[in-house]
Amino acid sequence: MNCRNRRLCQPVSGEPLLTDDLHSIKTLPLEPLHIAAGAKFGAFAGWNMPLSYPLGVMKEHLHTRSAAGLFDISHMQLVGIEGPDALAFLAYALPLDPNLMIDCQSKYTFLLNENAGIDDDLIVTRLSETRFMIVANASRAVDDVAELKSRATKFDVTVTALPRVTLALQGPLAEQALMEVGITNLPQSFMTASEPKPNWFLTRSGYTGEDGFEIAIPLNEAEAFAARLAAQTDVEWIGLAARDSLRLEAGLCLHGNDIDAAIDPISAGLTWAVPKSIRADGTFVGAKAFARVLNDGPSQKRVGLKAEGRQPVRGGVLLTDETGAAAGRVTSGGFGPSAEGPVAMGYIRADLATIGTRVLADLRGKPTPMIVSSLPFVPHSYRKG
Amino acid sequence: MIYYTEDHEWIRVEGTIATVGITDYAQSQLGDLVFVQLPDVGANVAKGDASVVVESVKAASDVYVPVNGTVTAVNDAVAATPELVNSAPEGEGWLWQMELADTSQLDGLMDAAAYAKHIA
Repeated sequence: MNCRNRRLCQPVSGEPLLTDDLHSIKTLPLEPLHIAAGAKFGAFAGWNMPLSYPLGVMKEHLHTRSAAGLFDISHMQLVGIEGPDALAFLAYALPLDPNLMIDCQSKYTFLLNENAGIDDDLIVTRLSETRFMIVANASRAVDDVAELKSRATKFDVTVTALPRVTLALQGPLAEQALMEVGITNLPQSFMTASEPKPNWFLTRSGYTGEDGFEIAIPLNEAEAFAARLAAQTDVEWIGLAARDSLRLEAGLCLHGNDIDAAIDPISAGLTWAVPKSIRADGTFVGAKAFARVLNDGPSQKRVGLKAEGRQPVRGGVLLTDETGAAAGRVTSGGFGPSAEGPVAMGYIRADLATIGTRVLADLRGKPTPMIVSSLPFVPHSYRKG
Repeated sequence: MIYYTEDHEWIRVEGTIATVGITDYAQSQLGDLVFVQLPDVGANVAKGDASVVVESVKAASDVYVPVNGTVTAVNDAVAATPELVNSAPEGEGWLWQMELADTSQLDGLMDAAAYAKHIA
């Protein structure tokens, strides 16, 4: 028996590894806690990460949807933006209007290149007119910080990578579990934030489609806090494998799979993340290319794809239309434990990107029908304040 | 007699009929199975063929034919309920049965003790 996809007998996400060199692979500050919890580890984006725990991927996934799942996402990078020019800097550096944001509001946005390609997707939070926080993906963190610093040279602003342990607590019982360990005054609606203690940073946000929180904690306070959270009866540690199936069911993109430097937000179906006021004539990096794609229309679009039958269709599989002509490709795919069947997303030719269109996936030479479907596969349960 | 392969299949031999499945170690590494594609009854298969695909939530894996032969039966229960392979990999979660073409091919396989060492 041998594994067809990326790594031998390990359920893993598809984000490209930065390196397989064990000497340069990074370890989580709380790794001993995960070892004690029985985690199976694997390399992801240059980090040795918990992929699953003894509960198993399926139950970890379902537990997150029904109770509260705890994820160590310390591989992600918190970046502080501070200075009198913070508003002007962010309006230039990102496709964002930070003036339209209110304090403690978080926004999904991108680091775009000049071609409007998505160098990374980010969550930006406004804490005040002069202070913002950015959360960047692990695989892109080093480049993102360098690029933000380079875009900041003309502004009176500092860009600082902040060392933190970051935990995500996701699911309908996440709020209750956080309150039970003494975190009160929680932000009341999804995509809002607070600073519960000095150097702590908490957003009501996540990557599962559920209500939940991401909490960045100073290194010296993290272990005790994580242990107390994990000890709650409704809380289970959840690995990266279930994190991937949860986000896929929720229709959320994984950078490196579903979006990358060659794909613009319009093709990716993420135009909503760019404020209307700056779409046609913005001055952010990539604005001209963005406006051009918006005007001309994208040649391909990201869509949900549902396979007929039970066999998952994974990322990398090519799609054809009914005549056999190239139609696109699957970028993420797997089994959705809550959807109770295979789920996938990918890019197809714009003329085929209508819900209900039938395309054929080339599953190792066997044409397998897939239906263009709306995303998400499982409805979001975000808290509206 | 039960034999094991380096690729984590087991083969239980009774006369010239062999039952094939994946080991407990293999299922534990794969995690929750969601799909099993079985060979066709009557198919002639050869050692090394990737005759079966098992898929967990995240990974697709080939199961290799350990010895030459002809498929005589497949376990339809695991096609309908893939988690049987997780709960009883070396029992009810068997995959297929085959008539052996050449029993001497079994000589190159491991016994339980050797396999235990292999995965240690």
